[in-house]
Amino acid sequence: MNAVMMLLAELRFPARAEHLQALRAAVRTAAQQCGCDQTLTEQLTLAVNEAAMNIIQHAYRETLTGEMILEIHNNGTELVFRLLDFAAPVDRDALRPRALDEVRPGGLGLHLIRTVMDQVEYLPPPPGVGNLLQLRKRIA
Amino acid sequence: MEYQVVRQDKISIVRLSGDIDLYFTPDARRTVLQCLNEKRGVLVDLSAVTYIDSSGIACLVEGYQTAKQRQLSFGLIGVSENAMNVLRLTRLDQVFPIHDSLAAALRHGG
Repeated sequence: MNAVMMLLAELRFPARAEHLQALRAAVRTAAQQCGCDQTLTEQLTLAVNEAAMNIIQHAYRETLTGEMILEIHNNGTELVFRLLDFAAPVDRDALRPRALDEVRPGGLGLHLIRTVMDQVEYLPPPPGVGNLLQLRKRIA
Repeated sequence: MEYQVVRQDKISIVRLSGDIDLYFTPDARRTVLQCLNEKRGVLVDLSAVTYIDSSGIACLVEGYQTAKQRQLSFGLIGVSENAMNVLRLTRLDQVFPIHDSLAAALRHGG
């Protein structure tokens, strides 16, 4: 039986760094509403922020022109975050986290996303959407 | 994000506060690298940092590596709980010299 997905929040905004604060506020509010403690709330905020950063930096290549949509759902046992963008389809094979043994700047975002979230996957995007990334985290 | 730089004889204390994210990291990076260009070691005070993402962490890694190349000191002081959690997730809490306070850092030679 499919779980009922309740849409907690939907946010459409320009894919630019100055709008990430609003995204973080939306994630924090939803996580707190669902009873997440402060540590988990901050980890979820970090992971979704990192995914949005990847869209700004890699999907849109920092062109400052695109938009993205964040949807936050609760299916009863999980928080489900969907990030939709309108950029060209990304190379999913390039989205592998790097090893942490080497100390160097950059490349940590995917590691943070995969460490925090239970499931990270691209879904087939609906017509008119470039990429649809889904992040799931069990909360109950 | 706000920042404040206090220059001492051989060391600069860079106090960052607020959210260190993709929007503000260029300012933080420029500030840290400028202090290293002045041939002083750097202590980054993260006690008032409410949020830091991977771009902010990358800025600290770049500062640490630049200081090492130039044989200057580099460390973090008063790391806030939120910032420490991100350092732990990236295992960089085992890489950076981390001090509880400015006094403790100065006792260890910066």
